[in-house]
This record gives sequence, C-alpha cells and structure tokens, in this order.
Amino acid sequence: MPALPDLAPIETSALAAVAAASDEATLEAVRIAELGKKGRVSLLMRELGGMSPEERQTAGPALNGLRDRLAEAISARKAALEANALNARLATEREDLTLPPRPDPIGALHPVMQVFEELAAIFGDMGFAVAEGPDIEDDFHNFTALNFPEGHPAREMHDTFFLRADAKGARKVLRTHTSPVQIRTMVSQKPPIRIIAPGRVYRKDWDATHTPMFHQIEGLVIDCEVHMGHLKTCLTEAFSRFFEVPLAQSRFRPHFFPFTEPSAEMDIRCDRSGGEIRVGEGADWLEILGCGMVHPNVLRTCGVDPDAYQGFAFGLGVDRLAMLKYGMPDLRPYFEADVDWTRHYGFKPWLLPTVTGGLS
Amino acid sequence: MKFTLSWLKDHLDTTASIDAIVDAMTMAGLEVETVHDPAARLKDFSIAKVIEAKPHPDADRLRVCTVETKDGVKQIVCGAPNARTGMTAVYAPLGAFIPGLDFTLDAKPRKIRGVESHGMMCSAKELELGEDHDGIIDLEGDFTVGAPAAEALGLNDPVVDFEVTPNRPDWLGVVGVARDLAALRLGALRLAPVAPVKGTFPCPVDIRIEAPDACPVFAGRLIRGVKNGPSPGWLQDRLKAIGINPKSLLVDVTNYISFDRARPLHVYDAAKLKGPIRARLGAKGDRFEGLDGETYEPTPDMCVIADESGAIGFGGVMGGASTGVSAGTTDVFIESAWFDPTRTARTGRATGILSDARFRFERGVDPQSHIDGLELATRLILDHGGGEPSEVRVAGQAPAAPATVNFRVADMRRLTGVAMDPERMEAILRALGFDPVITAKGRRKQDVWPVEVPSFRPDIEGSADIVEELIRIEGFAALPNTPLPPLNTVDRVVVTPLQTRVRTGRRVLAARGFLEAVSWSFMARDKAALMLGGGNALKPELTIENPIASDLDYMRPSALANLAEAAQRNADRGAEEVRLFEAGPIYPGDGPDDQQTMLTALVRPRTLRHWAEGRAPYDVFAAKADLFAVLTAVDFPPERLTVGEADGPHWHPGRAGVLKLGPTLTIARFGELHPGFLKALGCDGPMIAIEVNLSALPAGRAKPGKTKPVFDRADQTPVRRDFAFVVAETVAAGDIVKLAMMADPKLITGVSVFDVYRGSGVPEGSKSIAIEVTLQPRGAAMTDAEIDVVAKAVIASVAKGAGATLRG
Repeated sequence: MPALPDLAPIETSALAAVAAASDEATLEAVRIAELGKKGRVSLLMRELGGMSPEERQTAGPALNGLRDRLAEAISARKAALEANALNARLATEREDLTLPPRPDPIGALHPVMQVFEELAAIFGDMGFAVAEGPDIEDDFHNFTALNFPEGHPAREMHDTFFLRADAKGARKVLRTHTSPVQIRTMVSQKPPIRIIAPGRVYRKDWDATHTPMFHQIEGLVIDCEVHMGHLKTCLTEAFSRFFEVPLAQSRFRPHFFPFTEPSAEMDIRCDRSGGEIRVGEGADWLEILGCGMVHPNVLRTCGVDPDAYQGFAFGLGVDRLAMLKYGMPDLRPYFEADVDWTRHYGFKPWLLPTVTGGLS
Repeated sequence: MKFTLSWLKDHLDTTASIDAIVDAMTMAGLEVETVHDPAARLKDFSIAKVIEAKPHPDADRLRVCTVETKDGVKQIVCGAPNARTGMTAVYAPLGAFIPGLDFTLDAKPRKIRGVESHGMMCSAKELELGEDHDGIIDLEGDFTVGAPAAEALGLNDPVVDFEVTPNRPDWLGVVGVARDLAALRLGALRLAPVAPVKGTFPCPVDIRIEAPDACPVFAGRLIRGVKNGPSPGWLQDRLKAIGINPKSLLVDVTNYISFDRARPLHVYDAAKLKGPIRARLGAKGDRFEGLDGETYEPTPDMCVIADESGAIGFGGVMGGASTGVSAGTTDVFIESAWFDPTRTARTGRATGILSDARFRFERGVDPQSHIDGLELATRLILDHGGGEPSEVRVAGQAPAAPATVNFRVADMRRLTGVAMDPERMEAILRALGFDPVITAKGRRKQDVWPVEVPSFRPDIEGSADIVEELIRIEGFAALPNTPLPPLNTVDRVVVTPLQTRVRTGRRVLAARGFLEAVSWSFMARDKAALMLGGGNALKPELTIENPIASDLDYMRPSALANLAEAAQRNADRGAEEVRLFEAGPIYPGDGPDDQQTMLTALVRPRTLRHWAEGRAPYDVFAAKADLFAVLTAVDFPPERLTVGEADGPHWHPGRAGVLKLGPTLTIARFGELHPGFLKALGCDGPMIAIEVNLSALPAGRAKPGKTKPVFDRADQTPVRRDFAFVVAETVAAGDIVKLAMMADPKLITGVSVFDVYRGSGVPEGSKSIAIEVTLQPRGAAMTDAEIDVVAKAVIASVAKGAGATLRG
C-alpha cells in the first residue's frame, strides 16, 4: 500500500487553481480535475478503502478536510464569479430614466355631474332615494298638476319650449323644472316619500347667466307630520355639508310658487368683496333655492289626502350651485365640451363623493 | 314695481328708515331688487352762500368767489356766467366725485390762472340732475349753509323696486305695500274711505256689456269742460321717479291710480266716441290702431271695447288711437271696468302688448275697486283740470269676492311647527284686511275660523294660504329647528340599477382617458335626419315649435353629432387626440317612457409620437375594448352579445357594428363614423365612437342573497394548443372562435385569435386565422391521446362550420 502523499502541496496547488479561475468554465475544470470522479482528490479518497484502520484514522479526516475545503473554495469562487458576471451585465443595462413614459390619457368628469353625485350622497344619507322623470313632459305634469292654472301669469315665469302637436293635437313641453317628478312619484308611490330628482330642464332664455338647458335637483318629503321646521333644518344641514362650511347664517324668506304653500326661498351668506364669491360668510345674501310645503291641491291631484299627509318640496339650479362651490366664473362653457375647461374644472374618475370620505 | 318713500308715506304713517322698510319687505316676501337713493349720490354736496364774487385778475370769464360753506369760508374760482354776490349755490368740497363729469376733484387746492380754488360750485348737469350747463345751480329760497344739497333740491326720496310675485296683484299698488308693512308693525295704514263726487247731470254715454264673462262690470262717467294740460308737479315727479313719462293730466291721473291702487282706468275723448260703449268679444272685421301706433285685428276670443265705429280698444290691455285724449280734449269719459284675468292674459300674449293695465288685469284687479277708482280719478281731474262731472253709470255686476275660507287653527302648528297665540293670529289677519269670524266660544276654543277674504286677495283659497300669511308676517326666523325623523334605511336603495350603471359607465370611460361633456338635448333637424336616415324619419312631435335658435329645433336621436362637432371645435383650437363622452338622454319618441339614457363616447384619433414605439392610433378595436370595459364594469358580460352590421347611415358600413342581445335587441354600437356624415357636419375624419344604451340593458337577475358561489380552483394546469385555419375572406373570426369553443364546451375554457395572415402560402381570397385553445382538465392531467381527441374535434368543428382547412 503506498503511503498517502503529502496533502499540503496538493491543497496549495488546488486552491491556487481555484483562485486563478477567471470564469465559470475554468472553475468547473478545476473542480473536475480535483473533485470529479477521476479527480486528483477523489482518486486519493478511493485509496482509503485499502488502508488499515489505523492508517485510515489519520488519512480519512485529512482527506475529508481537504475535499471540504476545496469544495467550499470552489463554491465561494463560483458565487464571486457569478456576482462579477451579473455586475458586468447590469453595467451594460443602463436606461435614461428621464425619457417620458408611454402616454396614458386620464379623463375627467363634468362638475355638474359630480355635484349631482355629491347631493345624492348627502341626501341619500338623510334617507332620500333618487327618482327620475322624462324631459319631454305633458302640460298636466309640468303645470296643471303643480297648481299652475291654465292661462295664469305664473306660467309665464317659465319661458317654456313647446313641441309640435302630434296627430291627436296634444302638445308636449320640455319640462321647465324637475317638479313634475314630484307628481310622478306621488302618483306611483305611497307615503312616506323621501326623494331627490336630478335632471335636465329647459327654458327659453340665453344670455350671460342663462342657458336654454340647465340642471335642477328637486326634493320631496311626504309624511304624516313633516313641517316647515323640518324643511329648514334639513336644507340648512344639507347645504352646510355641501359647501363644507357651517351655514349658521342662512335665512328663509317668503316667496311664491304655485305648488307650495307656504313657499320660501333660502338665502345663504356670501362675500362678494374680493371679486369672487365666498360662501358661508360675508355681508351679502345669496339665494340658492326655492322650497315650501306641498300645496294641498297638488297632494289632492296626486291622490294623497292632504288631511292625512303633508310634506315639503324644494328645487334648485345645480349649475349655479357648482359655480358657487368650485368657482367657475361663467355658465356657458358648461355645455361646450371644451377639453381644456373640462380638464381644469373636471373631477378625477376615482373621486367618488361619499359622506364618510368627503365630497370633493 | 317701483314706488318712492314719500309716496309710501301717503299710505303708511311711519318713522321707519328706508333700510328698515326694505328689510321688512324682503323678509315678508316683497323681494326688494334695488333701492335707488338719489341722496346717496349727492352726499358730498351741500348748500353754500356766495358772500362776494369778484372778477378774476387774469381771466375775463372767471370769477373769484368768497363762499360760505359747511367747511368755513372758502375761495372758489368759478367760470359760470351767473356766479354773483349773494346767490345760494351747491358746493362740492375738494376731493368730491362729480358724477356729471365722471371726475374727482383734487384733494389739494389748485391754482386757476394763478388764483387758488378750494372746491367747486356745480351746475345741474354736473350733478346729473338735468341738461342745464349754462350756469351753476342758483337756488331761490331760504336755505341753511351746509344743509345737504339733496334735501334742498327735493331729491331725498328713495325709489324702491321690488319683485311682485304673480299671486299678489294687490302689491301692484302702493296701498298694498303699505298694508303689508302695517301688518309687519312698521307703521299705521293710512287709507281713508274714498269720498264720492256728486255728479250734476246723468252720464250721457251709454254702457252695454255684451260679454259678461269677459267684462262683468263697467263703471263710467263723463267730465265736461276739462282743461287737459300738464299734470301738477308732485304728480309728474312721482311718475318720473318710477320711470313713467308724464303726458297730460288725464293720462297721468290714470297711471297714478294704477300704481297707487293697482286699479287701471282708461280715458276716452268723449267727443270722438260714437254712440254707446260696448264691452264685447272681437268680431270679424274689427280693426283699430292702438295707442302704440300698431294696427290690431281682434279675434273672437279677445275682449274689445267698441262703439258704433267698431272696435276702439282691447279691454284691459290697451286703448285705441281714434278715441284717445289729447291736449284739446274737453269732455272726457272715464272707464273703470273689470276684465277677466285669463282672457286678458291670452289677449296680451297673442298681441304681444305689454301694458301696466294688462299686467294688473291678468293677475287680478280688485273686483270691488271700480267705483273707488272712478271717484279718485274724478277728484284728481276736477282738482287739477276743472270741469263738471256726470253721475256714475255702472253696467253689469262686479264678480263675487273670494269665498270665505275655513281656517283650521291647528294647521298653523301642523304646517309650520310654530305655536302661535290666537290673539296674534287674529291681529295679523285683521291687519292684512281679513275678517276672521270669532264665535261666542272664543278664539281659543274655536277650532275652525271662517275667514272673510278681502276682495283684493284672489290668491287665498284655503287654510294653508292663511297659514302662509301668518308665518310670512311673523317671519320665517320663528320656524323651529326640527331634524327629519330617521327613516328605515337598511333595505332602501338610494339609486336605481340604471343610475348605478350610468355612474359606473361614466367613471370607466373617464378612467380610460375620456372627458365628460354635457351637450344640448336638442339639435338641428337636418343633423338629426343624418342619423335617422333622412328627413322622412323625423317626427313632428319631437320638433320644438319655438326653438331658442333655428339650429336647436329637434330632440336628439343620438348625441353623436354634438360630440363630433365638439371634437372638431377642440381640434380647431389645437387639441391633439380628443376623447369625449356624454351620459345623457336621447329621444326616440315623446312618450314618458320613450326617453333613453345613452352612454356615448367619441374619439378624434391622432397618432401619438413616442420615442420608444409608435402606438397604433385609436381604431375600431380600441373602441371595442372601451365598449367591453364598460359592459364588463356594469356587470354585463360582453360574451353574451353578438356582433352585427352597423344599423345607421352615420356609421362606416364596414368598420362599425352593433352588439345585440338575442336577434333584435341592440345594446351598443361601435366603430368609425361615416365620412359622409362627418363631412356634412363640417368635421375632418376619421372619428370613432361607441354608444351603449344603458336603458336597454336588461336588469341583472335578482339574487337571493349577497353570498358568492364557493370558489372552485382547477386542480390541474391548463393545456394550450395552437391551430391555424385557412378560410374564405368572408368567414368571421368570431365564428371560428365560436366553432372551436363548441368542439368541447366543458373542457375548452378559452379561445383567442392571435394571428390573422394573408399572403404567400395562403390562396387569394382566403386568409389564415390562428387561434390558441385553452383546455382546463380537472381531476387528472390529460394524456397526449386525450388532448389529441379534443384537437381533432376542434379541427372537425371549424372545418365543418366554416369550411376551413388546417394550415399545413
């Protein structure tokens, strides 16, 4: 049995070869040459089988130690070579990160539509559901049922658009207010009723502060004991929330609407001193809506017993409300679909008005 | 409606300030629009006395005046020819704004030709009080130096303009305003009973009422020997203050009573009347020249006043020129009649005449005011124009006063939440001219009060109207703060499924780069016709009879024309790619259920240049992607729909289509708009659009609960196989997908088209369509043999259904 050669020079030369390997292929060749099936160290380990137990007791650990140290060195060298190779590759992969990304246009929602949703969120939280009705109305729903007598000058408060009479001679109108939805709701539902009705309305008027089409929101509450104190509190609270300022200083004034009795207008405080209107403070009053207790004639027309039920209604122009809250100086661009105006005054699609998350 | 403070004080004994009066009016429903106080503009100006006026040493036309003013004795250089020692003038201090010159005096004295001038003495024109600029104001009479000029000039009478709501014709007279202010406790109403003037001879003009519905009562009287000169100064001043030009005594008196008492009258030159006066309906051949110089032809639904010559005026609207009074009138016949409001309104609308008489009669003149009005006019005419009055002649009968209203006392609290003392209720009602009948039970125990309504209040019909009067005078500040009772909101849905779809659809499009538009519901009829397939498809009942503009005269069948024009406008202003959408109504018919909510989007594409890669411009498939995104978001799986041919003349015949549910229900449209349509609108193409009819989408199936089905993850990895088929050009890719799917609907979970190829290797008139088929095995992995079976089934199904061959 040949004696085991001196392992020290073997280890020295092998570690030198590992350290000298400059790429993974060379390193692999070194590994095969030392630790492969026919490698130098592997062959020496094969000799262990032929040794006496005494010889093996010293040679075994020595060889195992050598093998493990070599394997570890190769593994470490391999990791270093990989890291070098990755760094070299990454060094070639530099981008000019100041270049623009692929364009991804973001749209915007129209302020009037956003305000509709804000109001639906506020009134929805107070138990109001959203109702709708047609833009093309008959005279009955737009006027007669709302207690506008035929031929009465009250009808002239609304500059009405008329449609051409059909074959049967009936002439429809473009609704001049959202109040016909009150009628349609009371006819089709049993009290208690709590609705708001947003929508398009039409009046023949076109100047700096009027457009022939605009938006209104109507409210209606019918119950057994709802009175003007409820009306006042409900609207003060709703519009405090809408303007996101406490409207401690709002006031109600008598007015006339054929379909309410008593009728009122609601004013809020505003400040016009700085060239733009600020709501909720200041020396001036600004009218924001009309309201009142539903007229007994209207209840009767809808088949609601005015001795058993009563309630209030209100209506307001949403376009102007949006102007007040968001500072659009002019009404006319609302209907021009100007992309720059819409981007400027519009709302991001994920800005969903909620009572809990804030309205705007 | 305008009035002056001094005029109001004729009927209201008050010391209240103008501000207090205006506030009270506004808070009682008489909404004040403006208060014009001429004194406010003249507040800097005061009375001064010229102690001495000497010639200027260096200028012939100037005088150097020593003037006693509220600021002490001042030296003022003055160019007026009438400046003289001892005169009383109007002084403007340094720094004052001179309205007629639109100029503010320097704050420091200025030298005029070397002599310092410490202020100014003003002409009437400089104070905007008249055209007189020949000299400075030269006041006659006893004035105190320093007194406000407005007072000395009689210009301290503020003019109030307020909105008269249509329910309150009594507010069209100053007396009506005074009555409400008295009820508001701002003063005492001054309204003496009208003293009749005794006639000295029978009225020679006969009055015949031939249309009692139109004109139930007509009182008249003749005054002979009148001198119709200018009316007295105080009357002229009042009319001028409210914007009415004085004409002559007779005309001014009728105008005055119209505004003082809301009682219109008319005066005729009796010498020009022929035979009896008749109040009748218009007849064929009636024709007259109105006082406005226009010629009118009354129709049989109008009320006219006629004599033997025919119609000579519209009752309650406007008189005629042929019988009008002039400076030469000596015998005047005064008409004080009552005309039916509805008919007056109709006549007014039909003729377009806007007159103070029409305005009052159509709102309802006090039907019991005809005698008082006549007597008041007689008195004024006699006082200022002399003459001899006839007796009063009355034809017909005044309409009944408004019916007595039963006021249920509990309604006050029921409707307003305010507990009002019955004494206070009674006091308010009496102050407003109502007469509540309190029985022996006493007002506290009487549940219902019969309330007699004054004849000037046609608006009072029921208990709620009485409540309004009470709370209006008490003030809405008295309303309690009462929150609405909570409502059961657990199972209430605030928005309908359609409203939810509208919200979702709008937000999906906005998130995909679209800007929301709101465009008119009406459009030009010829543009509507372009989308409906010609003018024959237009419906008369969707045509606006009185459009705001001739090109906004038809209810839109689609918003596409509006959005296309808007996109073009934006492009003309330099916008690049324009993406617009609108969620709004369209009008297939005029019935209450015809209106539909359409989500319409439109893109005017532009190839976006980018440094890394060119992006394909927005095209029909991009539109389809946006459409699918909307449908998916509103929980309507697009796979349930089939693609069909475009169904309107405004769509590109080959690059647009519809999505249908079943064979007939069209849910959506998408694709390129027809170049001819765009050209007709004046738009440069191309434009690509989508329309989703959110109203037409069937409602989702109601589910018993909110729980979702149990999640079932496939336990095997899916297998994917590619196939390329050669088919005729006419075969639709969608059909190949469907046919492949049908080969094994259980195992095949997806088929996607990944290549469409024409060219070498594929015969002319054919194309190659490559699809990837996904199989999802469950339970055990598929063997090659099993996969082969499915593959063969796919090939067979597509071959049979589409005449396809597998591409080699």
